[in-house]
This record gives sequence, structure tokens and C-alpha cells, in this order.
Amino acid sequence: MTTTAHREAPPGARETGPGAPRRRPFRIPDRVRRGGLPYLLLLPAILLELIVHVIPMVLGVAMSFKELTQFFIREWWKAPWTGWDNYRVVVKVNGPIGHALLSSFLVTCAFTVLAVGLSWLLGTAAAILMQDGFRGRGFLRALFLTPYALPLYASVIVWAFMFQHDNGIVNHVLHDQLHLTGKPTFWLLGDNSFYSLVIVSVWRNWPFAFLVVVAGLQNIPRELYEASAIDGAGIWQQIRRITLPSLRPVNQVLVLVLFLWTFNDFSTPYVLFGQAPPAGGDLVSLHIYQSSFITWNFGEGSAMSVLMLLFLGLVTAVYLLVTSRRRGARA
Amino acid sequence: MSVRARTAFGAVLGATVLAVLPGCGGGTSTAPNGGNSHPKTLTYWASNQGASLEDDKAKLTPELQAFEKQTGIKVKLEVVPWSDLLNRILAATTSGQGPDVMNIGNTWSASLQATGALLPFTDANFAKIGGKDRFQASALGSTGAAGKPPTAVPLYSLSYALYYNKKLFGQAGISKPPATWNELVQDGKKLTTGGHTGLAIEGASIPENTHHAFVFAKQHGGDFFDAQGNPTFTAPGVAEGVKQYVDFVAGDKIASPSDAEYAQNESVRDFASGKAAMILWQAGGKNFQSHGMKPDDYGVAPVPVQSGAPGQGQNVNSMVAGINMAVFKNTGNLDGALKFVQFMTSDAEQKKLNSEYGSIPAVKTAAQDPAFATPEQNILRTTIATSATPMPQVPKESQFEQVIGSALKDLLADAAAGRPVTLESVRSRLAKAQQQM
Repeated sequence: MTTTAHREAPPGARETGPGAPRRRPFRIPDRVRRGGLPYLLLLPAILLELIVHVIPMVLGVAMSFKELTQFFIREWWKAPWTGWDNYRVVVKVNGPIGHALLSSFLVTCAFTVLAVGLSWLLGTAAAILMQDGFRGRGFLRALFLTPYALPLYASVIVWAFMFQHDNGIVNHVLHDQLHLTGKPTFWLLGDNSFYSLVIVSVWRNWPFAFLVVVAGLQNIPRELYEASAIDGAGIWQQIRRITLPSLRPVNQVLVLVLFLWTFNDFSTPYVLFGQAPPAGGDLVSLHIYQSSFITWNFGEGSAMSVLMLLFLGLVTAVYLLVTSRRRGARA
Repeated sequence: MSVRARTAFGAVLGATVLAVLPGCGGGTSTAPNGGNSHPKTLTYWASNQGASLEDDKAKLTPELQAFEKQTGIKVKLEVVPWSDLLNRILAATTSGQGPDVMNIGNTWSASLQATGALLPFTDANFAKIGGKDRFQASALGSTGAAGKPPTAVPLYSLSYALYYNKKLFGQAGISKPPATWNELVQDGKKLTTGGHTGLAIEGASIPENTHHAFVFAKQHGGDFFDAQGNPTFTAPGVAEGVKQYVDFVAGDKIASPSDAEYAQNESVRDFASGKAAMILWQAGGKNFQSHGMKPDDYGVAPVPVQSGAPGQGQNVNSMVAGINMAVFKNTGNLDGALKFVQFMTSDAEQKKLNSEYGSIPAVKTAAQDPAFATPEQNILRTTIATSATPMPQVPKESQFEQVIGSALKDLLADAAAGRPVTLESVRSRLAKAQQQM
């Protein structure tokens, strides 16, 4: 990099003629100085990028090829290499570990589709409903954003209390007051845990969708609506033919970001269910945490992480390719 | 792909990568085998023994000041909550940067021993802190794998006891606490009435579930590990023991189904408030009192057995619970660390700290002090000395706790949802747990 260039003697540099005493022995030649400046300015960013992104990633990938159990963590760089063994174990779907990872993965996929879909739908619907000015719009907007502004732990632990079997308000309303269920429901155990998780996730994320869509709506000229109204378009036609197409670039990013956040959500299931989530709440990030930290098998955990990375990278690439191509075709 | 899309792709891929991969820290050990580079200071990670982290700080600080006065060594105290302690120790192990002295749950001893991060207490090291035979034999049994030098020394000893609500027992016409599980179930059925339940259990707590599974299996002659340290979760007796515990919710119905979701000490709250009439807990007295229960309101008895009286073999009625004190191998103040361990295990400190925490001294002479002759302490002390057995001292102990604790959580959740829990369903869940090892 640029640092090596500093020490090189400047061959035939203008200021130092042959035999003339050098005034500054480490003078940087103009050519390098001029050309190198951008790189020099980039250097801090590159260093930080290396420290923050690249090195941990490379180490993570390296760890996935090691037998990094409790016997080796003290000097983890000396842990024996295992080749593809960790990967073989975690993708062997008829083995216990691979099977558990697969079911966790499938649960996460179902959870992500539901939670992202609902968050997007709610956020977009609320944003469109609040597109026109009315009294109290500012207040409602602020109110809608509250879940997003609350600290995650605080809000999720409140949900955990609300979902409690005996003293939770959810059962109190559904069972004690409305008599909708024959007996109080377990929301945090068994299969219902999946729906609890979806509810909490949607509750937390839809305000973000709302916020982004509200911002996107600002860019749609009012004249379009007025013109379409004169042409006799109803509200649905306006939404279908004006609002949604205009929001496409916003939605492209919004859905992707929601997808990545939701798929990788660790805190919500961890706070709701603790270290041993029921099968319905066993999201893949929590599963990886368990596999590495609880059972002290960091190599296997890293292998799972790398697989998830590949999966998310692939999904993202395909998504961007497809959505960009469609956009390009329209333009 | 357009330039914009490519940039977006790059940015998003980068973000993805970051979000998925757990960061991992490197580090070099400064003093791989200990040394004395900072002889005047020590860092101490204490576990949470009191009502809160602040409470622990208030109790320990005067003692640390006394130690500083004696030796001139300043101890920097950090009380680490249980939810973080093991992860913090693992992080310290990988980075080589950790405290000098720390408390560990005694059941982790063998697992942490395998990492090689802790100073082995060889005879020479024991000699520096006053000798090995000062400690209770059962507490020493939970300091690491057999045949290896202990990885830590016992600090506070605990065992399970049965606590019962005297008033509710009186109302149900029960004159004495149950001594066998049959009696406990009979009493529990009488007590499960009018909004009360017979027994409170902490059904979603990994350690509580594991401890009970272990003792119940022992009482049925079952063991979770063979002599070579291999898991034997499907061995005869294990499923029977686990089923007996799960049946408190499933078959006997003396514990509330909602106990299956308890993991934040809600069962202690239920017992202290009189909602449940009995609870199996480690040195629970101080806990109940902090929830407003008066010492006269509850009685203490040994944990029941299948038949006969508590003892060894199939009549064990508790695991050896407690806290051990360990020295980080990379310490920069080895002599000071050992002095500090000696100080904390001295008779005077053992008496003081254990009576404040309601635990039993790990040191024999201190345990004989009249301060530990209350009814509760007598039962705990007798249990530790005669009828408690250490949890498996195998490197995979912490994995074992996790998979068995989770298995019981699932089984209790099944029971709570009204699904039948049979010996077969227990056995197949245990088989699955064993595969996870």
C-alpha cells in the first residue's frame, strides 16, 4: 500500500539533481504524492473496514474449518483443522444436528415471510391512509412510531409478560373476558410460540415500513392523483396504478431490509423464550448461538453462520437482480 | 446490473455478512502461565449470591477492604449476573484477558477444567491456601474430573431442601412434611385446592430442570454418564426418574401447568405468596424473605426420597450445589490471587459471608459454627455432608445441562398442554437429547 512507497528513493526526482545534497531524504515524489492522495485519504476507511468487516469474517470462515470445542478455545488458533467435517455435520439432514438446523431454518423462513409480509402490509396501509392531511395526523404518526422508538429489550419483555399463561393480559382478555378460548392458552410454549413471535416482530417492525413508505409518498406529485380523479379513477385504481408503482424503488429496499432484519432477528426470540426456545420459536440466529455458546462448539456454529451467510447473500443477489431487471425493463 | 444496483448489492452483501457472522475476537495471552506483573492489584468476578448485584457489592466490599488492609492488595470487584458469567469466562478464556480470580458455578468445574484456562489446585497450590483437608469432602467432589487436580476450590456450599407453607399444611390437616415422594404427592393433592397448588416448580429453567432430572434419575438407579464420561441418557432408571418429575404436572397434577413457563424465579414468588404450598429450592430462606414471607411461615425438611431415609446410592436427595472460586491461569498476580483465595476461605470470612448469603461454609471448621445451626442450615448441612452427590464431573457437563434442561422444558410444556407424557415419550426425547451431545 502507500506506506511502502514512502521509503523508496525517488528516482530522478526534479528537486534532487545528481550529486546534489538531498534536502529531505524521504521526500515523496510528486507523481506519487498527487496520485496517492486519494488512497491516503481512503486508508483510514480501509483499515477500519478491515478491522470491522473483513478480519472478523475471514476468522469466522476459518473457524468453521476447525474443531473449535472447549478443549481448544484457550488457544483457538491451535485448534486442529477438520476440513469440511463441520459442514458435513450441519448439512446432514438425517443426523440430529443437521435436522435441527434444517427445521430451525424452515421455521425462520416461514416466520420471515409472514412477519415481513404483515409488517409491509400494515405499514403501507397506514401510510396510504394518512397520506391526506387531517386533524391529529401528526399525533397518530408519532403514536405509530412508538414501538420502533422503544428499547427492544423493554418492549419485548413487556410482551413476554403479556403472553404469560396465568397473569398475562392476552389470556385475560381472550379467555377471562371474551371467553373466546375454552381454557387459557400457552403463548410462550409449544406451537403457539411461533405466532407470538410473529406478532411481536410485526409490532416492532411495521412502524419502520410505515416510516419509509410515508417518506416515499412525499415524492408522488399530487397532480397525478388530481388528474386521475378527473379521468374517473377510484381510490383502488389510484393505489394500484399510481401509488404502488411510484413506491416501487422504495419498496425494493424496504422489503430487502425488513427481510434481512427479520431473518437475522436474535433479540426478539431470545428475550421472549430465553436460551431454550420451543421449536416454533427456534430462529436460526438463536439456534447458531445455542450451537456455539451453549454447547461450546464454535466451529460448528461458525459453519452454520457461513451457510446462512451464503443463503442470505444468494437471496439478496437474486432479489436485486430480479427487481432491478424489472425496473430496467420498465424504464 | 446497473451501477446503482451494483452498489446497493455490494452494500447489502456487506451488511448481510456483518449481520450473520458472529464477531470473534483474537488476542494473545500476556502471561500464559501466570506471573506477578501487577502484585498490588487483583480483579475479582463475583457471582450474584445476594438479592441483587448491588446487594452483593455491599456485602463484599467491606471484606475486600479488610483484605487490602492485611495485604496491601487492592481488589477490583465486579459482580457478574448468572446469565452472563459463563459467557464472560469463555470470552476471557479465548482472549486471555480476564480477571485474576473468579467465582464459578461448581457444576461447570469439569467443563472449564477442560479448557485449561484455570489454575489447577495442585497439592503445592493447596498448601499455599491452607491445605486441601480443610474443605468438605462432598464440596471437593464438585471441583473437576476425578484423578485431576481440582480446577477451583469450594467457596459457598448449597443443597436442595423441601420448603413448605406451615399455614396451608395446617389448613389441609397435614401434621408433618412428606419424607417420600408418595407422601409428597398425597399431600400435594390435598393442598391443590381453592386456587392453591401443592408444589411450585421452575419448569422452563435449564439448571433447575437438570438438577432435578439428575437426582430423580439417581434415585431410580440411573446415571446420565458412564464411567468413561459417555452420555447414557437412555440407560434404565433415567427415563423413570425424569418421568416422575414431569408427572408433578402431567400425572399427579400437584403443580400448576403454568409452572412450565417459569424461568425467572416465579416459583419462588408463588411459594412466598402462598399460591403454592411446597417448593424444592437451594437455600431458599433468604429468597422467600425478600419476597415478604416471614421465617415463621415456612418449614424446612430434607428433599424426599423414594423410600427410607436420605443417604447415598439411590437415596441421594440433592446435587452438591455451590460456588467455587477459581484463579485464571493468565493472572498477572499469582501470589496475590492465591492469598485472596486463602482469605476468602479463611474461617472468619467463611462464617461471615456464608451466614450473610444463607449458604453453608465449604470449610469444615467454619461449618461447625453455631451460626449455621438454624433449622434450615442444619438440614442443608446434613444434606451436603451425607446425602448429596456431585453433578457429573465430565467435560461435557455444560452441554448436558443444556440438552437435558431443554428436554425437560419440552416435556413439561407437553404436560402443560395436556398431551400425554409416557415412559416412551420421555425415552424418545432423552434419546434425541443424547444425539445432540
